[in-house]
Amino acid sequence: MSLLFRDYAGTPKAFDEVVGAEGVRVAYGSVLRQLGKLDGEEVRARAEYLKSTYLDQGVTFDIGGEERPFPLDIVPRVLLSSEWAEVEDGVAQRVRALEAFLADVYGEGRAFRDGVIPRRVVVTSPHYHRVVAGLHPANGVRCHVAGIDLIRDEVGRFRVLEDNVRVPSGVSYVMTNRRAMFSALPEVTSRHRIRPVEGYPLQLLAALRAAAPSGVPDPTVVVLTPGVFNSAYFEHALLARMMGVELVEGRDLVCHSGRVSIRTTHGLRPVHVIYRRVDDEFLDPAQFRSDSVLGCAGLLTAARAGNVTIANAIGNGVADDKLVYTYVPDLIRYYLGEEPLLASVDTWRLEDPAHREEVLDRLAELVLKPVDGSGGKGIVIGPKATVKQLDALRARILKDPRGWIAQPVVQLSTVPTMIDGQMAPRHVDLRPFAVNSGSDVYVLPGGLTRVALPEGELIVNSSQGGGSKDTWVLARDAVRGKRRRRRGRDVVASVPLVDLGEEKVAHQQAQQQQQTRVGGGSC
Amino acid sequence: MLSRIAESLFWIGRYLERAEDTCRIVEVHLQLLLDDPSVDQDDAALTLLAVMGAPSLEAADTTEVLRLLSYDPTSPCSIAAALGGAREAARRARETVSIEMWEAINTTWNSVKGGRLQRMRPASAFRHVRERCAVISGTADQTMSHDEGWLFLALGRSIERVDMTARLISTAHITAGTQSSWNNVLRGCGAHHAFVRSYGGVTTDTDAAEFVLLDRLFPRSVVHSLAAAEAALAELNLASGRRAGYEDESTRLLGTARSALEYRAPGRILEDLPARMTELQRTCNQASEAITERYFSSSAAASWSGGN
Repeated sequence: MSLLFRDYAGTPKAFDEVVGAEGVRVAYGSVLRQLGKLDGEEVRARAEYLKSTYLDQGVTFDIGGEERPFPLDIVPRVLLSSEWAEVEDGVAQRVRALEAFLADVYGEGRAFRDGVIPRRVVVTSPHYHRVVAGLHPANGVRCHVAGIDLIRDEVGRFRVLEDNVRVPSGVSYVMTNRRAMFSALPEVTSRHRIRPVEGYPLQLLAALRAAAPSGVPDPTVVVLTPGVFNSAYFEHALLARMMGVELVEGRDLVCHSGRVSIRTTHGLRPVHVIYRRVDDEFLDPAQFRSDSVLGCAGLLTAARAGNVTIANAIGNGVADDKLVYTYVPDLIRYYLGEEPLLASVDTWRLEDPAHREEVLDRLAELVLKPVDGSGGKGIVIGPKATVKQLDALRARILKDPRGWIAQPVVQLSTVPTMIDGQMAPRHVDLRPFAVNSGSDVYVLPGGLTRVALPEGELIVNSSQGGGSKDTWVLARDAVRGKRRRRRGRDVVASVPLVDLGEEKVAHQQAQQQQQTRVGGGSC
Repeated sequence: MLSRIAESLFWIGRYLERAEDTCRIVEVHLQLLLDDPSVDQDDAALTLLAVMGAPSLEAADTTEVLRLLSYDPTSPCSIAAALGGAREAARRARETVSIEMWEAINTTWNSVKGGRLQRMRPASAFRHVRERCAVISGTADQTMSHDEGWLFLALGRSIERVDMTARLISTAHITAGTQSSWNNVLRGCGAHHAFVRSYGGVTTDTDAAEFVLLDRLFPRSVVHSLAAAEAALAELNLASGRRAGYEDESTRLLGTARSALEYRAPGRILEDLPARMTELQRTCNQASEAITERYFSSSAAASWSGGN
């Protein structure tokens, strides 16, 4: 093992993904061996390269108008194909269940009648939009893109932390991380069979085209961004570019008589599918916030008329409400007739009086999360909170029990991460991305591994000073062996690019000198 | 293509050309002070700032020139502001410009922002900016499809080049009559070598003016740049298919300006030069407005006004 890792030991409480009781885990054996061939200085230099390349490429996210590069760590997060198969099936299952749930919520409401989930839980969600009730998307898909956040608990088991079926972001870093790692550590990457990630934009484009209103053989797809000051603008631009579609802002759109067009240099051009990266509330000032200039008035009317598909669908937020999260295992059983493949994190519903009482007693040992928060906002980790903070929390919970859930503190798994030139354990999570085309749920092999850079930090988020790791899903035949050469077969004849025999070189030189003599006068 | 993106590309072209030409003009100015001790430094500074459209000042010197025209990002006619503008426009058109071109623009911006330009010696700062601009436009030409987007980029570049060359020629007026004045204009256009090769060693001011204004083969001459802008407009207008005349306002403006230069009697090229250069700048402005009106105006602000 490299000197860099010599003193490395995980943290006592958490599951370390690289080193276990038995030593280096299978997934990492070859990675550490390859990394070990480089000395520490070299690895540090490569880490520096990763840093500067993101600044040059403008691979950044925006916080309060300031662009920052998203730090990429030099040690990849590696998953075996068997580990991944479990994640892939579990994520796809969850997406299918959430699709069925959303169709039900904005359709018949069977689950309410059958007592699987109280109607009250859904309609009190701030992301429930009655205006889209009865709106049937062209091919029935509402979660065209899903990001399911997973963690590994103390024994290394994957658990679902939360679902994101509104506007999940981060997939661009999955693609740029891979490219950056290939250029920073070619010795290591080339020795492994890593399942590729660059197919994502085409999967997404295919799913978006499949969602077009019927009767449009060659639909126009656009990506709708709030603009350059949005934290994920880089991602919006990257997806648009890789799909070869226009990246539009609200002011580029025009709605007229139930149709949507973009303003081009040759006048208005119709649009059929909008992959929007703008939140529901800002999409259509005629329906939601009238002060929004990020969307376009009339969008919802056009969607209702079936002339344009909005992806992801409006109103999806009810499915990633953290209180609804507690019902998802039941929803999977109810809609799919299957047992959930991925475990959830134990969760208390605070609107239940018995749960509430227990939680209020144990506030100092639990994690409390607001149900509609994202990006780690508003989370209180009991053991780290002061008495004053806990008192304030208690008051807020009593005032709005619907607004909170509680979970035990889960020690997220750790992966060695370069901190000040040394390897130290840092907590990670994983956001796999799924694309639903209506006929198939595609799960991008790997997803975004986010790493909390401050020591011991359990909230893993880019807006909270996080970084990321390239996530490798190894193919079954993970390590590349040397190919045996076979004589006389498979030999590709190679012809030199330019055949310069000695004679020819001499001739060329003579010619050049000749030319100089003839035309040399004016030089 | 999206009107907003077309506008961004047009401005990337303009800003990059502006950065490069401002470099050249300031370099010429500094050279002039070195070459000709009879020039009053402060007068020359004031004239230059006026020609470059900087807000009028009571007094100025070389330090002030360097601040306002080179490194102060808050001064709208500075090199730093132009590069910042190009970078911002490219960021807004990021899915349209090639990755390599975006990186070229972005690394250039990273290398000059935050006062980095000011910390370089002026000579190396100018060379750095000129080289970076050459890298960017070379990368654009080689890595972007020469489709509508690229045509807008080329159009912006050509119009800005006409405008800036006109300003450069106006600065020659500062030292009118001295031997170095037209040489400096030629150097400012990067045309000195090409000029000497075309006209030989023994030349007059008229020859130099003719070269910078009228040469059909030199890419920075006014006529060449006007023709390039017209060609880009003609390609953008392909669909119009008219048999007679030009419907397009910007084409008419630029074509008229070019004819006025080209059909002027050979001996009278130096007459009224400053006034004609000012006129040329005005034409560039009007052409730019006409292009905005025709191609970009549908990108105007959102029309929804909220009813609370």
